[in-house]
Amino acid sequence: MTPGMTPVATPFFFYFLSALAVISGVLVITRRNAVHSALALIVTLLAVSGLYLMLYAPFVAGVQIIVYAGGIMVLFLFVIMLVNLERTVKERQFNRIWPVGVVAAVALLGLFVSVFVKGKNLFPEPRIPLAEANNTQQVGIMLYGNYMFAFEIASLLLLVAILGAVIMAKKRI
Amino acid sequence: MVPITTLHYLVVAAALFVLGVIGVLTRRNVVIVLMSIELILNAVNLNLVAFSRMWGNLHGQVFSIFIVVDAAAEAAVGLGILIAFFRNKETINVDEIDLLKW
Repeated sequence: MTPGMTPVATPFFFYFLSALAVISGVLVITRRNAVHSALALIVTLLAVSGLYLMLYAPFVAGVQIIVYAGGIMVLFLFVIMLVNLERTVKERQFNRIWPVGVVAAVALLGLFVSVFVKGKNLFPEPRIPLAEANNTQQVGIMLYGNYMFAFEIASLLLLVAILGAVIMAKKRI
Repeated sequence: MVPITTLHYLVVAAALFVLGVIGVLTRRNVVIVLMSIELILNAVNLNLVAFSRMWGNLHGQVFSIFIVVDAAAEAAVGLGILIAFFRNKETINVDEIDLLKW
C-alpha cells in the first residue's frame, strides 16, 4: 500500500461482513428446507472470505471461494437433490432435547467472550501488515518447504476420501 | 470508531462456532448437521488467519489451507455415508439412525 492511501473504511466493512456471516449462519441452522440452508451457508462462506481479505490473506480468500463455495457446496446441493424427501419438510426439525443444546452452546459463547475480554491485554498489537502482493508465492514456498510432509499427507488423505466416497455411494459393494 | 483488533475477529469466530454447535446438537436433518460442521471449521479457519495476521507470519494461513482440505474430505465421506444410509433406510433424520443402539 502506498503511503497516503487509507484502508477502505475498515471498521464499517468488518461490522458489515461479520453481521452478514452471523445472520446467514443463524439462517443455516433454522431453515426448514435444506436447500435454503445451503444457500445461506454460501452467503456465510462469501462473507468469511471477505474477512480473510481484510486480514491480508488473499490466497486463503480465493481458496475459500473456489473450494468451499464452488466445490463443497455443489456437493451438498447434489446430495440434497438425491435424498430430498417431501415429508422431511413437514416433520419436526429439532430433536427433543434442543433447549439443553441451545443453553449449553450459549454458555460456551459466554465463556469464550469472557475469556477473550479478560485476556484482552495478552493479545499483542498486529505487526506490520503481511505483504499482500506476493502472498500466494509466500504460501507456496511454505507449503513446499516447511510443510512438505504435511502437504503430501493431505494429498493422501484426499485420495482416501475419494475412494471412500465412491465405494460407499456404490450400489453394491 | 474503535479500530478492529484481533479480539473482534475472535468474537465473530466464536459466534460462528457456537452457531455450528447449536446446529449439530439440535437439528434432525443429517445434511444440515454436516453444514453446521462446515460452519465450525470456518470459525477455526477465521481464528487461524486472524492469529496469522497478529503475528505477522504465514503459518496460520498455511494451516487454514490444510483445514480446508480436511473439510473437503470430511464432506465427501460424510455425504457418501449419507447416500448409502438413505438407500437402505429411507430416512435422513439423526434420531432414527440408531442401528447400533440397543
